[in-house]
Amino acid sequence: MNAAAANCLAPRPCRIRRVLRESHDTFTLELHAGDGIDGFAFKPGQFNMLYVFGVGEVPISVSSDPTRPDLLLHTTRAVGVVTQAMRRLRRGASIGVRGPFGTPWPIEHATGRDVVLIAGGIGLAPLRPVLYEIAAHRKDFGTVALLYGARSPEDMLFRRELQRWGTADAIDVFATVDRAMGPWPGHVGVVTGLIPRASFDPMNTVAMICGPEVMMRFSAAGLRQRGMPLDAIYLSMERNMKCAVGFCGHCQFGPSFVCKDGPVFAYEHIKRLLELREI
Amino acid sequence: METLERILSAHQFFQGLEPRHLALLVGCATNVRFAADEFMLRTGAEANQFFLIREGKVALEINAPGRVPIIVQTLHENEILGWSWLIPPYHWHFDARAVKPTRAVALDGKCMRTKCEADHDLGYELLKRFAHIIEERLQQTRLQLLDVYGTPTR
Repeated sequence: MNAAAANCLAPRPCRIRRVLRESHDTFTLELHAGDGIDGFAFKPGQFNMLYVFGVGEVPISVSSDPTRPDLLLHTTRAVGVVTQAMRRLRRGASIGVRGPFGTPWPIEHATGRDVVLIAGGIGLAPLRPVLYEIAAHRKDFGTVALLYGARSPEDMLFRRELQRWGTADAIDVFATVDRAMGPWPGHVGVVTGLIPRASFDPMNTVAMICGPEVMMRFSAAGLRQRGMPLDAIYLSMERNMKCAVGFCGHCQFGPSFVCKDGPVFAYEHIKRLLELREI
Repeated sequence: METLERILSAHQFFQGLEPRHLALLVGCATNVRFAADEFMLRTGAEANQFFLIREGKVALEINAPGRVPIIVQTLHENEILGWSWLIPPYHWHFDARAVKPTRAVALDGKCMRTKCEADHDLGYELLKRFAHIIEERLQQTRLQLLDVYGTPTR
C-alpha cells in the first residue's frame, strides 16, 4: 500500500461544533474548518467516512453548501449502532473524518438545461448541496423542480430551506408525505405522483434521484413515462461501504464498487441491476 | 363565459375524446364549487357522481371512530375524484374534503351509466380511462404500503 492510499484510510480527528435535530430520528453534525481540519472541499453527492471513536465508522453524504468549504454538515438517521452513538455526541466531542469519496452529481452536465431533483426521506440530504449550487448559479439552469417525499409531516427535513428554495431561489418545490393526520395543508401521496405535476422539458432535462431503492426505481420509471431518455437520469446508491476506496469489496454492486464508481451512477448503467432480486 | 363542453374537452381526463361522446357527456355535467373544509363526499353515501377537479385541493380521508382522520391522498387540478359510481352497489368508501376552495365539474353517475349502456363505444372509452387511473392509484397505494421511508429492519 502506498503512502497516498494509506493516508486516505486514516481518519482526521475533528471537533463537533453543533448537533442539530432535524426530526425524531434524524440529525445533522456540524464541523468547522480550523477545529482539526483546514478546509472541506467536496463536490455535491460525495460522502465522508465518519468514525465514532471506539464504536465504528460509517459512510455519510455531505449535506452542506459546497461553496462554503469552512463548514461541513452531515445529515443522517440514527438507525444503527454507530449512528446512534453519533447522535449522542455533543459540542466539543471528537469525530474522525475521512474523505471526500465517490462520484459527484452531474451538475456540469445539467448546466443550461432543466433540472429535476427527486428526493425520498433522508435522500434529501445528499441532494441539498446540489440545491445550494443551483441557487448560487441559478441563471445557469432552466426550470428547476424539487420533488420531495417523506413518510409524514413530522419527518420532513430542512423545512425552512424548502420554503426558501421555493421563494428566493425560484425552484419549484413540491413536497408530499405518504400519510398525514389532522390539519396538514400539503400534499399526500407518493413522490412519484408529483412527476406529472412538475414542469420541465423531458428532452432537455437532467434528473437526479436519491432515496430508497424502490422509490428511485419507480421515480426513474415515472420520468421515462414523461419521455426522459435513460442517459439523463442519475441515481445515488447506498451500500455497506467500509474502506471507501475500492479495496475491501464490501460495497460491490454488480461489476462496480459503490464507494469509488458511485455513489452517483447513470441510470442507464445500473437499470438492469436495480431490477434483479439478488446480485 | 366558458361552456361546459369546452371545460370538459380541456380537462386532461377527456383529452382526445370524440366530439360526439363529449356532446353526450355534457348533458350529465354541472359546475360545482366547494368551500375549504366542505365535504364533497362521505363514506357510505350513495356514489352518484364523479368530479373533474379544475382548481383547488381535495383530501381523501379514512375516518376511524376515536381517531383523527387519516389523509391517504390529496387530489389537485386536472385530477379525478371518485369511481364508485361505476361499481355496484355505488357507495363511497372514503370521505373527500376540500382542503381549500375547490372548483370542479360534477358528472352525474346514473346519467353516465345510462349513456354508457346505450353507447358501448363511449362506455369502453370511459372504462379505459378509469382503468388507467385505478391502475395508477393502485401502484401508488402499493408504494405507500411499502413504507419505504421507515426504519429498515432485517
